[in-house]
Amino acid sequence: MAEEFDDEFDGPVKRFLFVNRKAPYGTVYALESLEVVLISAAFDQDVSLVFVDDGVFQIVKDQDTDGINMKNFSRTYRALEGYDVEKLYVEKESLDARGLTEDDLLVDVEILDSQGLSDLMDAQDVVITS
Amino acid sequence: MKLGILINEGPFTHQASDSAYQFATAALKKGHEIIRVFFYHDGVYNSTKFADPPSDDRNLVQQWSKMAEEHGVELIVCVAAAMRRGINDDALAPGFQISGLGQLIEAGIEADRLVTFGD
Repeated sequence: MAEEFDDEFDGPVKRFLFVNRKAPYGTVYALESLEVVLISAAFDQDVSLVFVDDGVFQIVKDQDTDGINMKNFSRTYRALEGYDVEKLYVEKESLDARGLTEDDLLVDVEILDSQGLSDLMDAQDVVITS
Repeated sequence: MKLGILINEGPFTHQASDSAYQFATAALKKGHEIIRVFFYHDGVYNSTKFADPPSDDRNLVQQWSKMAEEHGVELIVCVAAAMRRGINDDALAPGFQISGLGQLIEAGIEADRLVTFGD
């Protein structure tokens, strides 16, 4: 066998990058996109996530949604590790523009500048943006 | 080339579905294969047979149905996104099917390119 596949999913593995651009609340994109990430992990794909623009707010610590009658789903990002989704990236320019630092985030991430983000996208098979 | 298409917006408010339809039409004309069109987020609204725009406007739902009929293009509507928005089998226009998100990931795996149309 030239290629090794995971025991559970007996098929090809592609590099999937999910690009999260939107704030967690206000629109449904972040919540529904997270569902796609979890399914891609169930298919044992090589999954990465990047947070850019207002998407960086998705992983900010201490979110409190009590006042807006929305489900606080930020804990799901912490659970991604359990699905072997461990490659999380944040664009530096997006953090800087919002006065945020790595310490404000609820998961471990790798910080990339926009050139690094461009290289990351180049290395993917499938890029899904929302 | 094998193409997968992801549509993330409903008809009319956004141009996403129009652009995707025009892209798909051009791709088929050039001899490419559309392995699947997947409708997610508000994109599921492209599937409802109850859409009834004025007669001098394009009817995207019918356009997609016609493409499915003439070219055998698979039109898959995400079940979770559809249920949230009140769309079930009874609401579907011809050619559309409700299925799971796995169909989107499979399209990403099987297609040479997955092309997203969104906001």
